[in-house]
Amino acid sequence: MPKDSDQIESGIGASPKRREDVRFLTGAGNYTDDINLNGQAYVYFLRSDMAHGRIISIDTSDAAAMPGVVQIFTGADFEAVGGIPCGWQITDKHGEVMQEPAHPVLAQGKVRYVGDAIAAVVADSLDQARDAAEAIVLDIEELPAVINMKAALKEGATKVHDDLTSNLCYDWGFVEENKPAVEEAFAKAAHVTTLELVNNRLIANPMEPRVALGDFNRATGDSTLYTTSQNPHVIRLLMGAFVLGIPEHKLRVIAPDVGGGFGTKIFHYAEEAFCTFAAKALNRAVKWTSSRAEAFISDAHGRDHVTTIQLALDSDNNFTALRTDTHANMGAYLSTFAPSVPTWLHGTLMAGNYKTPLIYVNVKAVFTNTVPVDAYRGAGRPEATFQLERVIDKAARELGVDPIALRRQNFITEFPYATPVAVEYDTGDYNATMDKLEEIADLAGFAARRAKSEARGLVRGLGVNCYIEACGIAPSNLVGQLGARAGLYESATVRVNATGGLVVMTGSHSHGQGHETSFPQVIAEMIGIDESMVEIVHGDTANTPMGMGTYGSRSLAVGGSAMVRATEKIIAKAKKIAAHILEASDADIELKDGQFSIAGTDKSLAWGDVTLAAYVPHNYPLEDIEPGLEETAFYDPANFTYPSGAYACEVELDPETGKVSIERFAAADDFGNIVNPMIVDGQVHGGIGQGIGQALLEAAVYNEDGQLLSASYMDYAMPRADDLPFYQVDHSCQTPCTHNPLGVKGCGEAGAIGSPPAVVNAVVDALQSMGKDVTHVDMPLSPARVWAAMNG
Amino acid sequence: MYNFEVEKPTSIADAVAALSADEAQALGGGQTLIPTLKQRLASPSKLVSLSGIAEMQGMRLAAGSLCIGGATSHATVAAEATGSYPALAALAGGIGDPAVRNRGTIGGSLANNDPAACYPAAALASGAVIVTNAREIAADDFFDGLFTTVLEEGEIVTEVRLQVPEAANYQKFVQPASRFALVGVFVAKFANAVRVAVTGASEEGVFRWSEAEAALSSNFSADALEGLSVAPEGMMADIHGSKAYRAHLLGVLTKRAVAAAA
Repeated sequence: MPKDSDQIESGIGASPKRREDVRFLTGAGNYTDDINLNGQAYVYFLRSDMAHGRIISIDTSDAAAMPGVVQIFTGADFEAVGGIPCGWQITDKHGEVMQEPAHPVLAQGKVRYVGDAIAAVVADSLDQARDAAEAIVLDIEELPAVINMKAALKEGATKVHDDLTSNLCYDWGFVEENKPAVEEAFAKAAHVTTLELVNNRLIANPMEPRVALGDFNRATGDSTLYTTSQNPHVIRLLMGAFVLGIPEHKLRVIAPDVGGGFGTKIFHYAEEAFCTFAAKALNRAVKWTSSRAEAFISDAHGRDHVTTIQLALDSDNNFTALRTDTHANMGAYLSTFAPSVPTWLHGTLMAGNYKTPLIYVNVKAVFTNTVPVDAYRGAGRPEATFQLERVIDKAARELGVDPIALRRQNFITEFPYATPVAVEYDTGDYNATMDKLEEIADLAGFAARRAKSEARGLVRGLGVNCYIEACGIAPSNLVGQLGARAGLYESATVRVNATGGLVVMTGSHSHGQGHETSFPQVIAEMIGIDESMVEIVHGDTANTPMGMGTYGSRSLAVGGSAMVRATEKIIAKAKKIAAHILEASDADIELKDGQFSIAGTDKSLAWGDVTLAAYVPHNYPLEDIEPGLEETAFYDPANFTYPSGAYACEVELDPETGKVSIERFAAADDFGNIVNPMIVDGQVHGGIGQGIGQALLEAAVYNEDGQLLSASYMDYAMPRADDLPFYQVDHSCQTPCTHNPLGVKGCGEAGAIGSPPAVVNAVVDALQSMGKDVTHVDMPLSPARVWAAMNG
Repeated sequence: MYNFEVEKPTSIADAVAALSADEAQALGGGQTLIPTLKQRLASPSKLVSLSGIAEMQGMRLAAGSLCIGGATSHATVAAEATGSYPALAALAGGIGDPAVRNRGTIGGSLANNDPAACYPAAALASGAVIVTNAREIAADDFFDGLFTTVLEEGEIVTEVRLQVPEAANYQKFVQPASRFALVGVFVAKFANAVRVAVTGASEEGVFRWSEAEAALSSNFSADALEGLSVAPEGMMADIHGSKAYRAHLLGVLTKRAVAAAA
């Protein structure tokens, strides 16, 4: 049962302030760039300013002689090591595996995007490295840039990779066997709504740019990489096994405090491999700190889909079939999880909250001369939600029915529900979240607010949508069948110290999510002790069990479950110790409020007495159990989790200028059980901020020559506080997840998934209310675009 | 950035002398120059900071003009011109963010003549006189295309004398990323004329919209602008707005400025 959070002071459901914020807000954090090693050198990457070109020669002779230069590396120095691996292999609709190009650490043969690293200059100081990089003489023959995805697939198009058959990475059909039935349903449909749209390319822009610091100990032969990563174990495995050939026991990866990730710090980047490699080659620590300008052209971008979606309805307005055709931009190389984003993280969500019986998804992934594209907050699910919720809105307008009623009519209402796109939703109550939304958004008051706006010469629009996401990623056996080259479990080691305090070493990674606060709430509740007795350790492969890190809203659902399982083992063992001391049977021992007692008696032992006995085993069942109190668990979920919700946005549109301002935004989410409502609010606020950023402001724009036109904050518009309204956020609708011990679903991405369609639906509503025949405007809905749509 | 020397003279004469060195560059608030240096897009031998020159600071009223020292910050103008020239104070208060306003200077902004900057519109609409160490230049003669003015090498804007109009208003429509003016229109009504200066829009930089000025001089109301428009040809176009959009905004903002000023 949901608890009333206002009355909860500690444990699950309470909102203690984030303990990590003390160091973050007082400048006491320890970020990768704060780490400086004795005698470290600095690397500056000379990056291509050309989108596509053949490398004729790289002359480093003058540069190498410049002051402070230690060594200059080029692609030739990396011919003996592996390339950057891709972590997911897609099998296409013909049963063929995707085309997978080589991805060298430094460019070999060709440069393939503006930002592609050509040479790496290591010097005593960054300025010296930069000076020397300017003295490198490049001879690069410019080739035509491949930018537009549809043009890239035309016969005879210039190829990004000469050794591939074309620029097509894969042509994925899902579910291919459904296709004939889908075609038939469309042929029989009473109404078909078609929408063409673009999901705009984004740049994550975490506050902390990427940093890598490689170190090598020649006495032990151990390599260490400090890096801005969401998943240090994944980097250790990918870089060690596939790039540099260093076994895990000789390679340590540390991701200390990380200032935001949003997906773009999941991936293994060439700069990490370079610094680790160079540190060993030079026997000297090597550091790289990305400048903000460099981040724009070297951090993996997100989204960038071009889609046609069609919805078929019968004469009673029931959804009968859905089909989509998407071109997904991969950029110039395959980033770590790029192939999975437009496929399994996108196609499987096309049912949304609706009982559409037949669905077919086609995705063509395309190589272009642009920065690699990979997961960004939501990763595939925002793209699915956006097109689905936009086409439903368009259908409602075409049919002249209320868009909320049309959604309600088609909601899935019985659970578990097996969708036609391979996933099974365990729980949900979409009418409940819609009811809650109508209440908190005060939809009944919209007409009056619209009239007030009109009196001020402004046009008010209302947009509503639902979303569902699959997170808590994921069952390893399932994703293995789908092409993942990794397991997706999570791990935790719970170490109880002699005096009763606990250290939890988790494979999850916190880069802003507040795990150091929320995870102890769970353990403290299980044992009945104060949260201050629990410390969370994460981010270092040397002192945490093999884990898969944090992304896909998985930390509490998967990492938290591993922590629960390990704590259950701790409690079971502690009960055995208590039973021995109390001279009772294990089965009669109860643990409540940090006290072990014999059921039905007043005999009890404090938590600390038992933990001390575990390490001072004078009176201890040594013949039955080992001393010590430390347990590890690995948790592999049985299914994804399925958070869902309903969002509403109200905009005011200035009809003279096209400027849109967000006046109200409400989110009613079902995240299952909630551990820390304040942190959940914060996650939703941040997600909505990024979703509004995508909808109104942000766009990575390339020109036809492959130059990134929005390559700084002068042209890439990040949302600012005054672009955003106060939010009404509610997560009291709770249908707990049925298959993890906490009943939690995940909340990190919901805001970014659910908000863009609400904004666009609202703007289209405003335009229609002005009598404009506008059915869609592509994001970002800048004043210029909205004005053009009004006057088109 | 590349290495350079820094000098911080305390008088205009010393600054002029320092600027006579080869490849020397004046440094106002540094809001454009410092980022340019950080990107290694400029390599001066010496920066001559103007921020220590007392005679280039502050503002005074003289003969109907607000005279502002060239090294006066936007924040100072925003705070201290509210009574003497409120439209100008509002313009200064809308430039960048507090950090920018505390460093950026009116002289630096005018000398840089960014085509999307706010101050050039105010100077042109106010019929300002731009005073340098060597001469006085009418605003109408000062601006000479994108990022270009008639200033000679080593010439410093020491003071800006803006005629205070009877009524004025600046309307800035911000570019969503930079929050510079996508289009900005400054309307100033004087006893015998109206001046309308437009920034952010034209490929030629800041300019006066003479048709609007003529119409408003005989009837200072938004209605007087009905039917007037600027041709999209010659407007700037970029990812934030087409030529047609900028031309359209220019009309909308001029009407709003007149309505606000009237």
